[in-house]
Amino acid sequence: MPLTHAAPIVTRRIGTPDSWMLKSYLADGGYQGLRKALTMAPGDITAEVLTSNILGRGGAGFEAGKKWSMIRKAQPVYLVINGDESEPSTFKDHMLVENDPHQLVEGVAICAYAIGAAQAFIFIRGEFALGMERVTAAVNEAYEHGALGADILGSSFSLDVVVHPGAGAYICGEETALIESLEGKRGFPRIKPPYFPAAIGLYGAPTIVNNVETVSNLPWIVSNGGAAFAALGLGRSTGTRIFSLSGHVNRPGNYEIEMVKHTFRDLIYDPELGGGIRGGRELKAIVPGGASAPWFGPQHLDVPLGQNEVGGAEGVLPGGGGSMLGSGSIVVMDETTCPVRAAWRLARFFNRESCGQCTPCREGTGWVEKVMRRIEEGAGRDEDLELLVDVCDNIAPGLAFPYPMTTICFLGPSVAMPVVSAIQMFRDDFLTHIKDGACPYG
Amino acid sequence: MARLNPANEQRARALMGLYPRPRSALMPMLHLAQEQDGWLTAEAMAHVAELIGITPAEVYGTASFYDMLFTEPVGRHLVSVCTNIACLLTGGTELLEHAESALGVNAGGTTPDGQFTLEEVECIGWCDKAPAVAVNWRYFGPVSPQGFDTLCDDLRAGRLADTVPPHGTLCRVRRTVGLPAGVPAHGRPMGDEPPGPALAAGGGG
Repeated sequence: MPLTHAAPIVTRRIGTPDSWMLKSYLADGGYQGLRKALTMAPGDITAEVLTSNILGRGGAGFEAGKKWSMIRKAQPVYLVINGDESEPSTFKDHMLVENDPHQLVEGVAICAYAIGAAQAFIFIRGEFALGMERVTAAVNEAYEHGALGADILGSSFSLDVVVHPGAGAYICGEETALIESLEGKRGFPRIKPPYFPAAIGLYGAPTIVNNVETVSNLPWIVSNGGAAFAALGLGRSTGTRIFSLSGHVNRPGNYEIEMVKHTFRDLIYDPELGGGIRGGRELKAIVPGGASAPWFGPQHLDVPLGQNEVGGAEGVLPGGGGSMLGSGSIVVMDETTCPVRAAWRLARFFNRESCGQCTPCREGTGWVEKVMRRIEEGAGRDEDLELLVDVCDNIAPGLAFPYPMTTICFLGPSVAMPVVSAIQMFRDDFLTHIKDGACPYG
Repeated sequence: MARLNPANEQRARALMGLYPRPRSALMPMLHLAQEQDGWLTAEAMAHVAELIGITPAEVYGTASFYDMLFTEPVGRHLVSVCTNIACLLTGGTELLEHAESALGVNAGGTTPDGQFTLEEVECIGWCDKAPAVAVNWRYFGPVSPQGFDTLCDDLRAGRLADTVPPHGTLCRVRRTVGLPAGVPAHGRPMGDEPPGPALAAGGGG
């Protein structure tokens, strides 16, 4: 399958000298999208974004334009940018906030103008110290340039932007937990309904929460038109997208490629992309969209990298369903990987990051982690596989993807995805651990 | 080493002024307190509570939820070794074991000279440079065991002082702009508060 070579959109300035400075941004035509946006009616910008059909790049993949359209008609309206990127093996927003903060700031101003927000908060993962410095500097520069603050670029639109630091909690990537955290509280996801902060968000006011990558696309979409974006990709998955590739590949990194036009095989093996598996080894498993995604195997290599394509593929879970592109992170495991260890490590992640509100998550992730650990350490029992599947079935009933909710947010059921995937795909590995009382991979 | 010093108290008040409601400034204020003392003292948390108008228990109860906020002393260098999936596949666990023996402390421990606190962390988003290590949230990777030793030597000798500020200092760039757009902010009459409906939210705290 020939690769398409769509020009990158959000990463086109990455790696250029001083890409994070206003001077270089302006030299590259920066803030022209905002200038154009301010001559348009806010509703026309939303219409362009609806035409682009850009799906949210944070993980859930909801149409950004549709989200904006749902905003409750009340004042004030807030814009919150989700830069709390913490999904294991996702590192695209980390790159964007460090290397192209003005693109983000311009996108923030465009979005705020479209939805009628007078104040925006850029929530950046606390660990991203350099990113916070770069975005803060960009905000300072943008105010001085007149691209933020009162009467932006000579228009009558005014906007204040605050860079807000996270403090270390995966759960704050969940948008209602992020809002709680922004209110100065523990990052506890809010009970649904209401499902969308567009109705009830920050301080109870209508709030749009958008991901860093999503918003970073807005200057290009406004400048080039939603149709130009929609012309890239295929079907529901339009435009380009950044894929964070890591694990056992020769060339790990962030790759912005046209959606759907490439497969997992392209991403992993193409010499200009992943460059193949280290040491020429065989592929064992793929984590397709972050730690919360059901795993894929070599049989899925030709699945195109599109939202519906990955979602509609025949997956490995006993209850059916495919997987998800999620946060756009793809982890490659080669044949030397112990699947028990890998799945255990992800289970431990969910256990550690559980906020503790819901019993299936708080207790269930702990059970799963303990049983997985004892299998990996050679102390597994004959009944452990059955036990694991049973516990997972209680957290994510039916062991399908997607799953019915037993918890306020998606964190709890996520633990079942890697664990049940690993059991389904590598049952013999589990049995060997239990029978031999040791990990065969050493 | 107790309450916020006068300069930081002034900064804390400015932080509260950035938000429509002062409690939203809690996290940046706690980062500020941690920048001052390297960790969160009870006195500093009480001071923050006093400034916002909430109880010290509410501040502590919130702070203790977050991994980056320390309510007990930590070393000058917080060494965070990642062992999540991408690092697991590329030697992160072995690197952590090496770090434990090189520094003579288990993960979670602090060296007797107060130079290093070692911690094992969840994914820090440096996966294409795995295995990754952050020191006071400045990133290094890929880090070999030998590279780790060199890194620690450099930190001890102060050779990385420009890159790696003391623990607690997160963002060295200060906001230089106020709120000229004049949106309703903390300190304005209550009538300017958003009239939003009562939250159906669970939790809180």
